[in-house]
Amino acid sequence: MHLLLPEIFMLGMICIILVVDAFLSEKLRDVTYHLAQGTVAITAVLTFFNSSETPVYLMNHLFVSDALSLVLKLAVFILISGVFLYSKDYLKDRNLYKGEFFIMVLTAMLGMQVMISAHHLLTLYLGLELLALSLYGLVAMHRDSSQAAEAAMKYFVLGALASGMLLYGMSMLYGLTGSLQLDQIAQVIAKGELNKNLLTFSLAFILAGLAFKLGAVPFHVWLPDVYQGAPSSMTLLMGTAPKLAGFALLMRLLTEGLGGLHADWQIILIVLAILSMGLGNIVAISQTNIKRMLAYSTISHMGFLMLGILTGTIQGYNASLFYVLAYSFMSLGAFGMIILLSRAGFEAEQLEDFKGLNERSPWLAFLMLIFMLSMAGVPPMLGFWAKWSVLTQIVSAGFFWLAVLAVLFSVIGAYYYLRIVKLMYFDKSQDNTAIETSSEMRAAISVNALSILALGLSPQILVQLCSHVFK
Amino acid sequence: MLVLSDFLILGAVLFCISMAGIFLNRKNMIVLLMCIELMLLAVNMNFLAFSHFNGNIHGQIFVFFILTVAAAESAIGLAILVVLFRNKRTINVEDLDSMKG
Repeated sequence: MHLLLPEIFMLGMICIILVVDAFLSEKLRDVTYHLAQGTVAITAVLTFFNSSETPVYLMNHLFVSDALSLVLKLAVFILISGVFLYSKDYLKDRNLYKGEFFIMVLTAMLGMQVMISAHHLLTLYLGLELLALSLYGLVAMHRDSSQAAEAAMKYFVLGALASGMLLYGMSMLYGLTGSLQLDQIAQVIAKGELNKNLLTFSLAFILAGLAFKLGAVPFHVWLPDVYQGAPSSMTLLMGTAPKLAGFALLMRLLTEGLGGLHADWQIILIVLAILSMGLGNIVAISQTNIKRMLAYSTISHMGFLMLGILTGTIQGYNASLFYVLAYSFMSLGAFGMIILLSRAGFEAEQLEDFKGLNERSPWLAFLMLIFMLSMAGVPPMLGFWAKWSVLTQIVSAGFFWLAVLAVLFSVIGAYYYLRIVKLMYFDKSQDNTAIETSSEMRAAISVNALSILALGLSPQILVQLCSHVFK
Repeated sequence: MLVLSDFLILGAVLFCISMAGIFLNRKNMIVLLMCIELMLLAVNMNFLAFSHFNGNIHGQIFVFFILTVAAAESAIGLAILVVLFRNKRTINVEDLDSMKG
């Protein structure tokens, strides 16, 4: 039972913060901030000390604690802590620095914890909904912004549609296998007595739901609008930690539950991956809004993430884990930079806002350079090693043509990342307002960028960490 | 005597109606919310049918959770709808087009 301690602690603290915040005056809102940060830190410590390398099942196999859950949860804690830190000043400037923000981010985090550790269709669904419902609320939090409300509505309708499809697939799977528990489902499928067509039918619904949640083409329509319309700090949240939870969802459902149907989901993932990488990278070129551009880049990165999973090998899963970890930290930095350049009454959303950044602040331009080069996959950045590890696995699984396509799309994608570098270093800025940032935020984003650079120079650390996860 | 497939067909028909409602509806946002509810109810029908005919109680427990989540979901959906109406003075689906690219 002690393996559940972090989640129980988290839930208790959410209730406590909710009550404490209600009694705080507007000036004391920092107390809520520190409580939230403290909760994340203590939960991380509890998770670290209450974990097990080999899978341990709790609560009648509803919940599993294994190496994958440990690594992903710790990464989620770091990312959420970063989200709080980066968002603080941004939210204060926009009158959004309220208790609700912290409560909803923490509930989203609890949802991610549940999802990452789920071993049962019920916990998977509940974790997913806890995450999604909190995110709908967060996107709509900027009540006077008509764009945010529109984004929230689109996110809500399509997110609910995705849950519906996923659930329909789950209900068919339950009917066929007679169980909701992932390992029992896998056992029943392995016997091979089930109707193959019906299994594929349920798999199609499940994959459509998953693709919706991850934002893979052709189920991506909500993603650019939501990223653009949501306040930047909510975009920062959506673009980072939930990707890790989404990876866990894919791994738990496809490999632990439906591992026996590998041949079927492999084909679907190949199609999704090619479409996502292609459309994401090509459409991103024509964007003028940087949040929208990064949304399309997210779509292409999700395509890349699927490449590793579709190999169906342990090494492929490790490569995908490496990729999603690297991606989430790069995206934390890139969206963090958008927040950092924004100030009261001004959103640094357009590509033009990055013009001449080098003249205004050489250090920030250098940090943005690291993020962009890393996302583009330029050696020796972390993003390059992430792409490299996925590509080597896809080649050794015998999909040479797929690797060629992936490289081709990455080269196309490099164009729009390098365009930002060009804007920062070679164009004149029209806006010469001094960039005011708190020293702690500046320090945090520097650590973020430099750790990407450092991990890029010695990628063995992350590679080894990932190779311990799937055995 | 009703058999399993009758219930599954009913579930599938309800699911298709809700899907069609979401994609074809161009007028009213509230109809969208109703379609989402209907979709979850279609899934519930499936779970209940399987649970009953397979003699396995787990599906019925799942239905309780889906019902609870559906309630929370419609609460949030209606709240977003109110925010949207206050900002745009319309709940027409076609007017949600301020972002493009």
